Amino acid sequence: MAKYDAGVKEYRDLYWAPDYVPLDTDLLACFKVIGQEGVPREEVAAAVAAESSTGTWSTVWSELLTDLEFYKGRTYRIEDVPGDKDAFYAFIAYPLDLFEEGSVVNVLTSLVGNVFGFKALRSLRLEDIRFPIAYIKTCGGPPAGIQLERDRLNKYGRPLLGCTIKPKLGLSAKNYGRSVYECLRGGLDLTKDDENINSQPFMRWRDRWDFVADAIHKAERETGERKGHYLNVTASTPEEMYKRAEYAKELGMPIIMHDFLTGGFTANTGLANWCRENGMLLHIHRAMHAVIDRNPHHGIHFRVLAKCLRLSGGDQLHTGTVVGKLEGDRQSTLGFVDQLRESFVPEDRSRGIFFDQDWGSMPGVFAVASGGIHVWHMPALLNIFGDDSCLQFGGGTQGHPWGNAAGACANRVALEACVKARNEGRDLERESKDILAGAAKHSPELAVAMETWKEIVFEFDTVDKLDVQ
Amino acid sequence: MSVIGDYQTKNTLETFGFLPAFTQEEVYAQINYMLAQGLTPGIEHEAPENAMDHYWTMWKLPFFGETDLNNVVNELESCRREYPDHNIRLTGYDNYTQSQGVNFVVFKAQGSTRAW
Repeated sequence: MAKYDAGVKEYRDLYWAPDYVPLDTDLLACFKVIGQEGVPREEVAAAVAAESSTGTWSTVWSELLTDLEFYKGRTYRIEDVPGDKDAFYAFIAYPLDLFEEGSVVNVLTSLVGNVFGFKALRSLRLEDIRFPIAYIKTCGGPPAGIQLERDRLNKYGRPLLGCTIKPKLGLSAKNYGRSVYECLRGGLDLTKDDENINSQPFMRWRDRWDFVADAIHKAERETGERKGHYLNVTASTPEEMYKRAEYAKELGMPIIMHDFLTGGFTANTGLANWCRENGMLLHIHRAMHAVIDRNPHHGIHFRVLAKCLRLSGGDQLHTGTVVGKLEGDRQSTLGFVDQLRESFVPEDRSRGIFFDQDWGSMPGVFAVASGGIHVWHMPALLNIFGDDSCLQFGGGTQGHPWGNAAGACANRVALEACVKARNEGRDLERESKDILAGAAKHSPELAVAMETWKEIVFEFDTVDKLDVQ
Repeated sequence: MSVIGDYQTKNTLETFGFLPAFTQEEVYAQINYMLAQGLTPGIEHEAPENAMDHYWTMWKLPFFGETDLNNVVNELESCRREYPDHNIRLTGYDNYTQSQGVNFVVFKAQGSTRAW
């Protein structure tokens, strides 16, 4: 047993362990680090391990009452970042017992807590986490998951089709329900509350629920198809959130919605548990994510937030579109889409995946592609996202010259034509124009949509690129 | 001002309900896709008024191990002869995901255009 020796030690003496072989039960993290000038990489990397686990700046006597060798995080590897001479990757292993079971809140509080303000760092970004299967088994995960959601909604062999009701703000409840009904009768499976619609003076939540429920029931009767609308229960308090969820259930609604970052992981996990117990699907929006994930040298990569959401619980999560108006590198997006849907994802640096990730029996989450997409994008979207996705065309539905129903129909025709063509073995991206033009011959709604949006593309350079040379 | 069209709601019954009725060749192509994916073909039929039920009546059993397009087509046609006033759909069971990789109405109940 060592004697108590007060003072300040070098972090690397305790927390830099290049010979350490991580255990299967360790939680592993990869940080992208830039240290202050003149501080050795090993010291900075060890400091990150220390400050995100057991360490503090000064030795304290009570450390000797426990076995720090058992509890401490260790930096076990340092790597160069390709194409970036300032930054390096620090790989850190954390013992499982540092974290409360089933709590991504607790994991994040350690890993991205005080350490981000640490003075020896110029910048820090959490790139990836490997959750050990032992930890995953303690989390509830998606309330239903892809398979059960398909069964409840009776949607097979194709992506789900949705849209966000516009204008985002200002409609009365009855006019809003009209918009929902028009979209659903026209062929959408699902419509969505915009994220900032909660319960404002122009439309209180209960009135929206009532009119939307009417729209859904009528559209289902008329089309012979199952329909839904993501009723946004995000609210100022958990109590209010549950009250709104209960009323959605009372009306026989299949799905509700939550904003997991502004609402917070605690609220999200609680709501996911409620959904599981009440047979309700949960759609997850990600407002605030770009604040956290867009800067390549600071914050948390979205793949980490996506993994945390799968553990916390949600049946659908927004992932960006790759092709639309919002930021998203294709390979990187495919990487975290895999993390949402697959049962095992192997390390693949070309997709920004730093660790093998075993999800065990955790259900999958639908990837939601939404934002600035229209019928011309359909072939590429199906190719990129595959069947287990939800494609959402807001302006691309409601901006149709004939209105929502025709816009919805145009999108549904385009989607089904693409699925049919794919199943026939055709190349979606190379033959996209032929496939859509062929379908438009039988659908005036699609022909008008193609004419309306033929010139609209969003081609800007991606800000957050993968680190490759 | 451009002419605004009137969109009439249709009874579409889920996947492929928005495309024109498939020709025989188009149905064959979808069955071939299903077989190539290793899905197990199944046939279900139901009266139109019960279309929203989760369970339609199963025609015989799913055709486990079936790889011949013609056998699937023959079963579809037998089912239609037996239940001309029912909607008939083809399902492709995926035993790994426990879901269905294919599911669409091949024949709408008699009087509809959705048939070859």
